[in-house]
This record gives sequence, C-alpha cells and structure tokens, in this order.
Amino acid sequence: MDKRIATLAEAVADIPDGATVMIGGFGGSGAPIELIHALIDRFLATGSPKDLTVINNNAGNGHVGIAALIEQGMVRKMVCSFPRSADPRVFTDKYLAGQIELELVPQGTLAERIRAGGAGIPAFFTPTSFGTDLAKGKPVQEFEGRSYVMERWLKADFTLIKAELGDHYGNLTYRMAARNFSPIMAMAGAKTIVQVTRAVEPGGIEPENVITPGIFVDAIVEVPAPAQEEALNRADTHYPEVQA
Amino acid sequence: MTAKLSNAQIAWRAAQDIADGAYVNLGIGFPEMVAKFQPPGRQAVFHTENGVLGFGEAPAPGTEDWDLINAGKKAITLKPGAAFFHHADSFAMVRGGHLDVAILGAYQVAETGDLANWSTGPKGVPAVGGAMDLVHGAKRVAVLTDHVTKDGKPKLVEKCTLPLTGVGCVTRVYTSLAVVDIEDGHFVLREKVAGLSFDDLQAVTGAKLHLGGPVADIDVPEV
Repeated sequence: MDKRIATLAEAVADIPDGATVMIGGFGGSGAPIELIHALIDRFLATGSPKDLTVINNNAGNGHVGIAALIEQGMVRKMVCSFPRSADPRVFTDKYLAGQIELELVPQGTLAERIRAGGAGIPAFFTPTSFGTDLAKGKPVQEFEGRSYVMERWLKADFTLIKAELGDHYGNLTYRMAARNFSPIMAMAGAKTIVQVTRAVEPGGIEPENVITPGIFVDAIVEVPAPAQEEALNRADTHYPEVQA
Repeated sequence: MTAKLSNAQIAWRAAQDIADGAYVNLGIGFPEMVAKFQPPGRQAVFHTENGVLGFGEAPAPGTEDWDLINAGKKAITLKPGAAFFHHADSFAMVRGGHLDVAILGAYQVAETGDLANWSTGPKGVPAVGGAMDLVHGAKRVAVLTDHVTKDGKPKLVEKCTLPLTGVGCVTRVYTSLAVVDIEDGHFVLREKVAGLSFDDLQAVTGAKLHLGGPVADIDVPEV
C-alpha cells in the first residue's frame, strides 16, 4: 500500500463542483495552504470546482488560503463558528452582499458534529446553545433534569488537512497546536487528502506516536516547508499574486 | 463618587479565587488578564479551546511560532507538562465537567444566571466561537465586567435583552463595584468597593441585590 501522490494538482484533481469540503486549521495554525491554493489553481485553469460548501472553524483571513478560495467565488456556503479574523473582509463583503451562505455553529458543537460524522453517530445531545437563538428549530430533550439540544453529524465528501509526518499508509503526526480539527476531519471525510511536511517510510513513525491512523487517510502529498498563513498575511500576500 | 475598580483590579480579584492546580479557561480579551495575577505559590493550568493545556506567557516579538497559538489566535509559549489534543477532546474537557473554572466577559448577566456575551443584535456578521460551549460544564462559570455599560445602564439585570449565550450558567460575577454570587435565581452580594453604600450599588444594578451574610469591602491593591 502506498498512499503517496506526487503532486498537489493530482491530489485535488477529483474534487467536483458542489462538493462539501472540510479544511483543517484553526486560524492559520494547521491550515493546508498549499492544498487550498492547488484547488484555486485548478479553478483558474478549468472553472472547477465551484459551489463548494467549506467547513472550517473560521472563514478566512486576508487574501490567502480559505479567504482566497472565497475571493475567487468558489464557495457557496461556509459552515463555521467564528467568521471573523484580523482581516475578514473577503468573507464579510460577500456575506453582506448575499453572495455566500453561513451556517453558524458553536465551536464545540462543530467539533463534536465532525467527530460524530467520522464515528458513525448520526445525532447527539449537547447542553451547548440550549435556550439561545442557535438552538431554534432543533429538538430538545431533558436528561437528568437538564435540557439538551439535538445536533446532527457533519460529514464531508473531501477533507483537506496538513500534518507533520506521514507514512505510506497515511499514519500521521501533527505539529503542536496545528492538530486542532485535523484528526476529526480526517475521520469525517469520505476522501481525506493530506499535505505532510515530511513523508517517511512505514516505521518512520513509532506506532505509539501516531495521532491519526492511516485508515482515515486516502492520499498524502509531501509539501516541505509549508507556508504559514499568519506569515503570508503579515507580508500582505494575495493568492494568486496581484499583477502590478 | 466612589472609585471603581480598573479592569486589572477586577481580574486581580477574580484570580484570588483560583486554587493551585485548578484547570482554568480564560475568555479572549479582558479575562486573559487573570493569568498574571495568580497569588504567589499557586499555579493554575490554563486551557485554550484550540487544543492546549498548560500554556504560558506570550513569546518575545519575533520568536512566535504560528503553530503555537491560543483561541484568540495570539502566539503563546508552553509550560513544562503542557499537552496538545484535538478539538473534540478540547470541548470534551469543557462540556464534560473537567474544567474547574471558566472566566468570561459579559454584555449582560441576569439574576437567573443567564449570560449574554456573544452578540449585540442582528447586524453584521454573526460569530459565536466557543462562548456557548464554555458556559456549560465548568464547575464555576465566572464573569468579569464593568458594573454598568458605557452609557451607565445596568449590566446585571432581571432578564437579558441581548441574545443569550447560555441559560442559568453563571455562578459568580466580578464587577468594577462588587462581587456577586448567583444563587437560586438571585444576585447575592458578597463584596463591594469601600465607601459605596448598598443603596447606591442597588441603584446601578438592574435586579434586586440580596444579602446572604456580611458584605465585605473588596480588598484590591493598586495593580
């Protein structure tokens, strides 16, 4: 078995129009910038994929990564908890113009819906959001004297994440807090595509150090020295580059 | 006019109630100040929603590692014994009753313990983050706030008029004028700033203040 793919372009080649795509990262930490930009390159060359539903904690920052994806008009809907950032203008402008949908989900509910999607649990009850505007229309049930809101699982056609080490089987480790949503998104994606900073031979990750077992991973592509969204934004980077 | 506490002094007062070894989540912004006022000899373990336990101060400018941030997306450092975990585990710590204290900001707190701190109404882009999760599960949910709004309206009220973050969740409020517990649907006054009369405090409070024993002066140093 060898899940390695040679190029970013090949890795994202199968994502169709209308797909639901989970994208790892919390702000810039863990954001798979190169995979996202490969998707933009494909769209600019072919007009596809578009009408995407994107699931991420945020809705992009600056003009790179998810913000760039939105700026190109590739995203029909965002599912997120916090569509604000240091520079949220790309999402904000499209949202206020009615050009993009937003499903706002409390952060822990978002995480648990994704985990449930990956774990085969179609719904669960949580105390979060009970009695608030975000619980409107959702079933409520009392357990041991307390009220809980029913939430549904969240799954994706594709998951794009960044990992630190990845072997041929797709076993992964993550770097520091870049782990965030990636392990659960890897579980919840029908096809999970990973950019790894270093590809290693099987055995190159000690079994007890594996964070995401390869069973949740379909493809890995090595991207040494990946870009850091925060650094790109501090340099006022736009993707694709703005022609002077 | 009695001097009110500064934000730093409110944070200092809240810090005195955090035990050594407590697991604590501090909300983004004002509540983050609590970390620097831990009494000598006590060390809490700070949790941040994106998946870190045991983080420390901000790194020196220029030494940031942007894979190591807190929920406010600010660079952090690690203390010995820190741990990383994924987002579902992070919120299991929150909802599952494993945190000892969550400290949050507020627009309004009701005498029933309802909290409004995420939205000022339907304009603009709504954003909630982890606020609705954090108010459920921690053994104590404390609020830090000015006692009144910028235009002098009470923030401690009978019923929140702004969109709710959670129902019946707040256990203690540290304000610029008082320390107030929420017990059985009532505000119970525990401490107030020296020189402020009960009646004057009640006049700037939007719900009845109850007495549950002697009321102490808030003893806060200049910080």
